[in-house]
Amino acid sequence: MQKKLLTRRNFLSSVAVGGSATVLAGCDALSNSPTFRQFLDSGEWLSYRVQRFFGASALAPEYTEAEMSPDFRTNGNTRARSPEWNRHAAEGFANYRLEVGGLVETPLSLSLTEIRAMPSRTQITRHDCVEGWSAIGKWTGVPLSAVLDQARLRDNARFIVFHCADDFGGTSYYESIDLVDAFHPQTILAYDMNDGVLPIGHGAPLRLRVERHLGYKHAKFVMRVEAVEHMSDIGSGRGGYWEDRINYDWYAGI
Amino acid sequence: MSDLERTAAGKNAAPRDAGLIYRHRVSTRIWHWTNAVVLLVMLMSGLMIFNAHPRLYWGEYGANPDSPWLQIGSTADRGLLRIGNLTIETTGVLGLWEDPNGRAQHRAFPYWATIPSTYNLALSRRWHLTFAWLFAGGIAIYAIWSLFNGHARRDLAPRAAELRPRHILEEIKHHATLNLPKGEAARRYNILQKLAYIGVLVVLIPLMILTGLTMSPAMDAAWPWLLDVFGGRQSARSVHFIVAFLLVLFFLVHIVMVILAGPINELRSMITGRYRLPKEKR
Repeated sequence: MQKKLLTRRNFLSSVAVGGSATVLAGCDALSNSPTFRQFLDSGEWLSYRVQRFFGASALAPEYTEAEMSPDFRTNGNTRARSPEWNRHAAEGFANYRLEVGGLVETPLSLSLTEIRAMPSRTQITRHDCVEGWSAIGKWTGVPLSAVLDQARLRDNARFIVFHCADDFGGTSYYESIDLVDAFHPQTILAYDMNDGVLPIGHGAPLRLRVERHLGYKHAKFVMRVEAVEHMSDIGSGRGGYWEDRINYDWYAGI
Repeated sequence: MSDLERTAAGKNAAPRDAGLIYRHRVSTRIWHWTNAVVLLVMLMSGLMIFNAHPRLYWGEYGANPDSPWLQIGSTADRGLLRIGNLTIETTGVLGLWEDPNGRAQHRAFPYWATIPSTYNLALSRRWHLTFAWLFAGGIAIYAIWSLFNGHARRDLAPRAAELRPRHILEEIKHHATLNLPKGEAARRYNILQKLAYIGVLVVLIPLMILTGLTMSPAMDAAWPWLLDVFGGRQSARSVHFIVAFLLVLFFLVHIVMVILAGPINELRSMITGRYRLPKEKR
């Protein structure tokens, strides 16, 4: 009896393992098929279209001070390696300038003093990492729309690219967003966090806050803002560092 | 009788076997097998996504400095599942396991349970979020079709008599003693079956979809009431995980019942639609 039970159990478990191995091998093989990859990528396009259709102008929820995370963890790069950024950091960013260029009528070069003199917005929002965790913090910065209005976008500008001082293995971080997000009222270039100056670990002197998107879209250590017509002109063409490197979704609203 | 049923019935105008009945319409069968594939993919890709941050919290926020109510982790040589104050050693299955190359991996769910089988958050998200659209499309069509063709009213909605406590108790007794419905009684879903299917269709699947949407920052902007319903994004993530395991539990019971009721007959009925009524005891 004991023997028979064991045999049956062995049989059932080998069926289970065999079945699972077949499913896994099948799924892994499918993941490598270009046609199937196109299918897998279609979900991003669909989510982008549908979410834009239903709530292009909706505001991300804002929280009260009592709801903030007691400890807002950092992630990604916690400092930049570029000599230029390190020089600025050593000088307390006194001589830092944000360059705004690309498809604009008036390229800008703004000091932090000039940026702080522009209109500002403070918001307590939730930061959702693609990995699954969330943290709530308070951000103050200049609305990106104010910067872009000053630079005046050309008619053919369709995406706004953020070039950063930090890098992974020598490749500089960058991200891009569409104009709906660029002109969204909660999209800001933040210089303050939780009532203090934006810490280096969180991307000093300026980081993008593009609420309604996952964390990797919120470019840190922003040095240059560029308006472009096609994402294909930047990096490997997928619109961001992680998008190029490991195929994260460019549309990170989900 | 629908056209399909007429066609199907026409094929067997003179049935050799009076015990063979037409039980599942093609809409039910297509949805069943689509779901079988889609839900397996959603579960396994979901477990890979979970591996990126194998901790669950209650409330709006929750990250490494905060305390999780559930965590899958490891020490140097032990895999551990922590639920509240309870710690369970899970070496070999959760937290610490060997990959097919014999290498120790400090990840929550093992390779055989995830899509893809190696750690790849970008790819698992693409599987999960694309199949979510297939799932949504499938359930939308099925729901409309079931209301339209009477499946919901005729086959799924419990009758008043079936809901009497005495009847439900009797069915539980029958199931517990493996005295499953025979003959004419097996033609229809019994009350426990109906309640299980309704529970999945009306409670678990909507919870799954809504908690999934709550994890989307763009959806929280468009539909902020989602956060109020579930008490925050991290709570929604926890509920999503719990309901996923309730669906796995439903699946396990479903498989056990199929085996007990006669796997060949049951499988055939879900493939061809034809089901042999179990003979009544003489």
